Amino acid sequence: MSTATLEADAPAPEIEAPKPFTVTFIIRRFDPDTDAEARWQDFDVEMYATDRILDALHKIKWEQDGSLTFRRSCAHGVCGSDAMRINGRNRLACKTLIKDLDITKPIYIEAIKGLPLEKDLIVDMEPFFQSFREVQPFLQSATAPEPGKERVQSVAQRAIFDDTTKCILCAACTSSCPVFWTDGQYFGPAAIVNAHRFIFDSRDDQAKVRLDILNDQEGVWRCRTTFNCTEACPRGIEVTKAIAEVKQAVMRGRA
Amino acid sequence: MSPSAIHEETSVVDGVHYHQYDIVIVGAGGAGMRAAIEAGPGAKTAVISKLYPTRSHTGAAQGGMAAALANVEEDSWEWHTFDTVKGGDYLVDQDAAEILAKEAIDAVIDLENMGLPFNRTPEGKIDQRRFGGHTRDHGKAPVRRACYAADRTGHMILQTLYQNCVKHGIEFYNEYYALDLVMTEVDGVDKPSGVVAYDLATGELHVFQAKAVIFATGGFGKIYKTTSNAHTLTGDGVGIIWRKGLPLEDMEFFQFHPTGLAGLGILLTEGARGEGAILRNASGERFMERYAPTIKDLAPRDIVARCMVKEVAEGRGAGPHKDYVYLDCTHLGAEVLETKLPDITEFARTYLGVDPVYEPVPVMPTAHYAMGGIPTNNDAEVLSDNDTVVPGLYAAGECACVSVHGSNRLGTNSLLDINVFGKRAGRNAVEYVKTVDFTPLPENPASFVTGLLDTMRGSNGTERVAALRKELQDEMDKGAQVFRTDETLAHVTNVIAGLRERYRNVAVQDKGKRFNTDLLEAIELGFLLDLAEVVVFSARNRKESRGGHMREDYPDRDDANYMQHTMAYLTGDAHSSHAEDHIKLDWKPVRVTRYQPMERKY
Repeated sequence: MSTATLEADAPAPEIEAPKPFTVTFIIRRFDPDTDAEARWQDFDVEMYATDRILDALHKIKWEQDGSLTFRRSCAHGVCGSDAMRINGRNRLACKTLIKDLDITKPIYIEAIKGLPLEKDLIVDMEPFFQSFREVQPFLQSATAPEPGKERVQSVAQRAIFDDTTKCILCAACTSSCPVFWTDGQYFGPAAIVNAHRFIFDSRDDQAKVRLDILNDQEGVWRCRTTFNCTEACPRGIEVTKAIAEVKQAVMRGRA
Repeated sequence: MSPSAIHEETSVVDGVHYHQYDIVIVGAGGAGMRAAIEAGPGAKTAVISKLYPTRSHTGAAQGGMAAALANVEEDSWEWHTFDTVKGGDYLVDQDAAEILAKEAIDAVIDLENMGLPFNRTPEGKIDQRRFGGHTRDHGKAPVRRACYAADRTGHMILQTLYQNCVKHGIEFYNEYYALDLVMTEVDGVDKPSGVVAYDLATGELHVFQAKAVIFATGGFGKIYKTTSNAHTLTGDGVGIIWRKGLPLEDMEFFQFHPTGLAGLGILLTEGARGEGAILRNASGERFMERYAPTIKDLAPRDIVARCMVKEVAEGRGAGPHKDYVYLDCTHLGAEVLETKLPDITEFARTYLGVDPVYEPVPVMPTAHYAMGGIPTNNDAEVLSDNDTVVPGLYAAGECACVSVHGSNRLGTNSLLDINVFGKRAGRNAVEYVKTVDFTPLPENPASFVTGLLDTMRGSNGTERVAALRKELQDEMDKGAQVFRTDETLAHVTNVIAGLRERYRNVAVQDKGKRFNTDLLEAIELGFLLDLAEVVVFSARNRKESRGGHMREDYPDRDDANYMQHTMAYLTGDAHSSHAEDHIKLDWKPVRVTRYQPMERKY
């Protein structure tokens, strides 16, 4: 789209409609009922520059091969359903536009790594959510709030954990982590991000419990600071920084 | 404290799994999880969801949740009630709106106490901002009533509710797709006895026997092409209720949110205008000043959406095809955009390549919210006619019609609705199940669903789901969108009749059992066709303009004949192609308590 302006009524210029072009997608397929192991399959799809990878997957599913299987819901990057590896990088299919990829070469798409592959681009998310649940991702406080009133929290206190409240649990970070690939027991970045969200919330008083959990041998110390997680996060969360803050809190023994 | 994913199961008979819970909640969005937090501690509860709970579309809500906390300026629940009634163009049941506005305050405090990270005032209280249609003292000026967390309020609500479900050890059945409500007649009364769900991962069927069932299945925006709704919002829950022969209320009232990204429909929160953003036409004119001189860009959504379409129709649209208007945020400054509206700023940058800090954003209305749905009373109990309760059956959230939204919902009242009526549904279900035993299941309770799936999987028809769905969505956008006439609605009626015929000849390519989303989309299309038909049939019958239902051939509100709710019933041969052969319409009075209808001016 050209730059919009607010200038007075100019006659609408004759503009050429954008033309579609053919893009080749090479998708890693796996059907547990028929395939002994995963295989790569090519699809040629007519695309526009502003289309998303999710549009390509839909075009394939709806026009070429109905058996292509993937998760999706909101289609604009807030529900976290469609994290996948696109040209070797973890991204949301609905937030990756064709114009931002090099389409002179085929685009490779496969499921995120480190979680059990179920079918095509779908993995078993249960181990991921299990780690999330284990860090006690809910507000805990020994003191009850005044009935009918909010707990007071300053703008500055709220700002400390703002970044980690953005997490949509898409698993792009955790499944981009080389430590997680080799050791599925590692809590992984997303669980630590969600622990961070409560450890640094001034209203919560159970930071110590979570810090103990993350001081475990499968906890924060497994992080090798490769920054894959930060690069992968579709919400722009500074994941590696959050992990570093949790590491420091573990050493201090408090938030 | 962490619940395991392993569920107790009573038995497996003929490949069908059986479970027993006091309360089964269908849907894990805001309403379903708010109900679960109430129900879980008091009764054995399961939540069935076609998605992982955190994928639910509550998470896409942006701008805020209304409550007259009066944290930043004078406000009262009575003003909120009035705004809700007037915003809904007097089709709101006023006792229900009063409950909504009164209980809003506790609903927000509940969420804060559960951990929701609201934005704060300098004193550390919950901050509030302006939103469309919410006013001080009955329309005098906009009021700051929307409690918010940046432009991610829905995300924070969904996360907070899920976190608290984890805390309470609520049992979830994720990616289980409910396909039928089992009803059993007891002493001449039909009562729910269970739910049949399809496990997407395995393709196996599960019967959940229950004393009480709560529907919290969300909306059905996918009957339209241009929509802010997720791909998964196909109205399955509302469709199940319809197929059981229970009525649907006010289905003609669908909300078109004014500010969808042009051509895409992705939502840009009304909170942007709450923070001061302005709608402009091609010549830069702030056109809302002409239509709503008092509150201008903060008029309710139905009015703003109509004005935008009118500007474009009269040649004042912007862009190369003059087919959109602008949302101008440029005067707000980078800091307001980055701190209070960060997500929509990013959406405009990502999807249109437009930076709202420097350029106005192309927008047009997008199908957003169903005001109508499953009729309930104020206790979230489902009704089988104008006032008869179906014992043990509840509905809450967008799938339900209480009616607190009347013919047009105010922004921020839906996040409120899911919390107030989700809580009521959960609480009332707990009380109910203490008083009753399990209703026996019929023999082969899954037989209907087995037949449905076998027929679809075994079909060697020639029609494709995607083609039919696209035609439906295209035609709904053309004929049943912001402006309607009898002619456009009659055309869509015929299109739907044809599509229903062709649907019988639909085949899926994926014949497998595991994660068969091809099959799922085919089943979803069936629900979309059913609901679109009810929407259009109800819309044709309402020969007036009110709230979200604008008839160009009947441009005025007609209180003498139409200040009543539409009640649609499935009768006759459900498989007949023509709507008039299987839909009957009736009326239900509006409950008026404090406010007599007045002309709706802003």
